[in-house]
Amino acid sequence: MTNILNLISLWALPALILLVLTVGVIKKVPVYEEFTDGAKDGFKVAINIIPYLVAIIVAISMLRASGAIEMLANALAPLLKSWHIPADVLPLTIVRSLSGSAALGVFSDIANNLGPDSYATKLAAIMVGSSETTFYVLAVYFGAVKISKIRYALLVGLLADLVGIISAVWVCNWMFG
Amino acid sequence: MNYIFYLLIVISIVIGAVNGKLQDVVNAVMSGAELSVKVAFSLIGIMAFWLGIMKIAQKSGIIDFLSKILKPVTKVLFNEIPPQSPAVGDIAMNFTANAFGLSNAATPFGIKAMEELQKENKDKTSASNSMCLFLGMNTAGFQLIPTTVLAVLVGIGYKNPTEIIAPTLLVTIIAFTFAVVLSKVLQKVWKVQMINPHPNPLPEGEGIIDTEGKND
Repeated sequence: MTNILNLISLWALPALILLVLTVGVIKKVPVYEEFTDGAKDGFKVAINIIPYLVAIIVAISMLRASGAIEMLANALAPLLKSWHIPADVLPLTIVRSLSGSAALGVFSDIANNLGPDSYATKLAAIMVGSSETTFYVLAVYFGAVKISKIRYALLVGLLADLVGIISAVWVCNWMFG
Repeated sequence: MNYIFYLLIVISIVIGAVNGKLQDVVNAVMSGAELSVKVAFSLIGIMAFWLGIMKIAQKSGIIDFLSKILKPVTKVLFNEIPPQSPAVGDIAMNFTANAFGLSNAATPFGIKAMEELQKENKDKTSASNSMCLFLGMNTAGFQLIPTTVLAVLVGIGYKNPTEIIAPTLLVTIIAFTFAVVLSKVLQKVWKVQMINPHPNPLPEGEGIIDTEGKND
């Protein structure tokens, strides 16, 4: 099982590239010209999202530095305790919507300190693996098309994160509890 | 977005001051700004590469093929965009890349899809129903195999790291489904405020069916 999954992980990317290029050549598409033509837009798109990224990443960095996340986690502690969420996993419930690298950092910390057999490691793995950084995705995707009125998009993202946390706890309890 | 941005910053400064961490908050402004540019620049090459691959896929009909397969799904979910819109193919590519854990590729495809959705959008500053739904699908982080997490688990000597895949998939499916349903519900409640003086703003959703008929 592990071998098959490793094989899929290893081959997903090369297989996709190979498939696209091979079909292109078979269909007589000038692959080199089309590639470079498409690639031209890469610079423009990446530069366009800078202002949106700066706004979101600076605000999130400030929030993390202020200690607000720990305060919120502490305030929520009694509630989360009653759901059998280990204290080490608390910051993760908040940080995973805000910053992908921070979430991965917290997860690595838990994994390295508590080891492979702990319930916290498993729960943290499920929480990190099942989520995408809501704020980052919002800044990049809406920034690229200059959308400023986001309507209910953030609400959906955050509520889905909350549902993800609750179901992660439930599933983990059920499978490994 | 204005209030969210303002709130995040006010909370950071006030709480930072209360915790005596104001210096850290100030440093975070600088490091955060620097980090954003680093993130954007590191995206340039990846974006260029995948947009290039995408162009070949488009010219050789792969994207048309993918959109045809996913049509029954996209037709229901994205009922407000015309079925022949290139957005359908881009959404299909984004979804496929996400599912296989190729988040590097998923982002350029996703941005491309957003650009196509923006073309169908009536108010260019306000997110359309389809855009909100597409964003919700992406923030829910649908993924078949959580590659990074598995790598960490292997690193600490976890005996059977793949046992984490099934529960993660279950959770991600729940969150994904919830995001889709919630988007569909909220789009009825939280309508676009038409600020630009369009002479005849079509009712949400119904207008698109009209255009579809004309194009046929």
